[in-house]
Amino acid sequence: MSTSVPSSSRPRLARHVRLAFDRAREQHVLLRPESVLVLNGTGADILRLCDGQRTVAEIEQELRGRYNRVVDDEVQHFLARLAAKRCVVISDG
Amino acid sequence: MDSPFGLLAELTYSCPLSCPYCSNPLNLAGYRDELTTAEWQRVLTDAQELGVLQCHLSGGEPLLRRDLVQIVNSANELGLYTNLVTSALGLSRRRAEQLRAAGLDHVQISIQADEPVDSDRIAGTPSFERKIEAARVVKELGWPLTVNVVLHRQNIDKVAEILGLAEELEADRLELANTQYYGWAWRNRDALLPSTAQLERAETVVRAARLRLEGRMDVIYVLPDYYSRYPKPCMGGWGKRQLTVAPNGDVLPCPAAQALPLPRASVRENSLAWIWADSPLFRRFRGTDWMPDPCRSCDRREIDFGGCRCQAFQLTGDAARTDPVCHLSPDHGIVTEAVQAANEGERPDDGALVPRPHRGRAV
Repeated sequence: MSTSVPSSSRPRLARHVRLAFDRAREQHVLLRPESVLVLNGTGADILRLCDGQRTVAEIEQELRGRYNRVVDDEVQHFLARLAAKRCVVISDG
Repeated sequence: MDSPFGLLAELTYSCPLSCPYCSNPLNLAGYRDELTTAEWQRVLTDAQELGVLQCHLSGGEPLLRRDLVQIVNSANELGLYTNLVTSALGLSRRRAEQLRAAGLDHVQISIQADEPVDSDRIAGTPSFERKIEAARVVKELGWPLTVNVVLHRQNIDKVAEILGLAEELEADRLELANTQYYGWAWRNRDALLPSTAQLERAETVVRAARLRLEGRMDVIYVLPDYYSRYPKPCMGGWGKRQLTVAPNGDVLPCPAAQALPLPRASVRENSLAWIWADSPLFRRFRGTDWMPDPCRSCDRREIDFGGCRCQAFQLTGDAARTDPVCHLSPDHGIVTEAVQAANEGERPDDGALVPRPHRGRAV
């Protein structure tokens, strides 16, 4: 299923997942009821900004400033993938 | 050596239900001397230090532990993702609110069938209505809900109705788990093993439902391994990703492994770190060096790890043999025979079942 991620939407983590840092393996992870999703640094940064308040455009802007490069496609693809796995909720407006 | 991701904490084998497919051990009385609250808290701390990220609180019925809220609270403070695996009997609104406040992340409720008559018959006690009520409370409190239904010969024909019920309950996930034949399920295997025709009908329904429900509800279908060509990758490898702590403090690579003739390991005698890394029990089938042929030279040895050690032991008397579910196993005929018998015309779909006793705990 392809999920569209409008720039004006305000993504947030789904209720059943939790973002954590796995100290034993030194990696960012997303914990789900029966599995663990390993994230790279950018993925973890994106998810930390998914607070249901910021829009996708604001998240992109924030990361552009932080990384000093364009991340828009990366953010949209990542969020679409996680929304399809029902780890992220994309709500409009 | 890897460090474990998941801890299955079997808090008690005591249970208000008496499901005939229960995977708890047959000698329930041997587990009455349960770990105390402080002992569980130490287990959780040690597990977290070992690398555990997820804690599944199970049983028996974990709600029968009066200290469950305290245990959840401790796990939560350690940063563990907590999952309650429950029959939902005893999950009153008040208890649910306390668990929510203690930080419980996720609730999985078992239901035995799609309606009260069959569900209560299989559970051995009137329970269906209370389960439905508890499932609604879970959703009302804003928790994610998984509904788990163990499938077998006596309920698999109702899989469409089961899907409908889960949808009505607004479950986030539905686990349709074909029975695995350990513990009490092994005793009841002949009455529980479905026929090929039953499985094919069910799988058609499940495939269609998955498409229809995509994005709304995850439908997990646990394959019936007697009907598979290759064995299940038991626990993702022996002593590789998961560990189980039984109510009396025994530590196991998988919840069925207490039946194996291997040296015990207990948190009452040794540290969890030593048990995981160095105990003879955890080292016995770790990796691939222990494997006989055909596993040793098989391309799939790192995919299915030789299958399930407990199943190999149960079916052949030798835990170090290839899981007979594998079509390459020299013992595969044992599984073929059981499957053949399940497909003979005269076997009923409501055969007599030996119930698991209600309580394994001294009152």
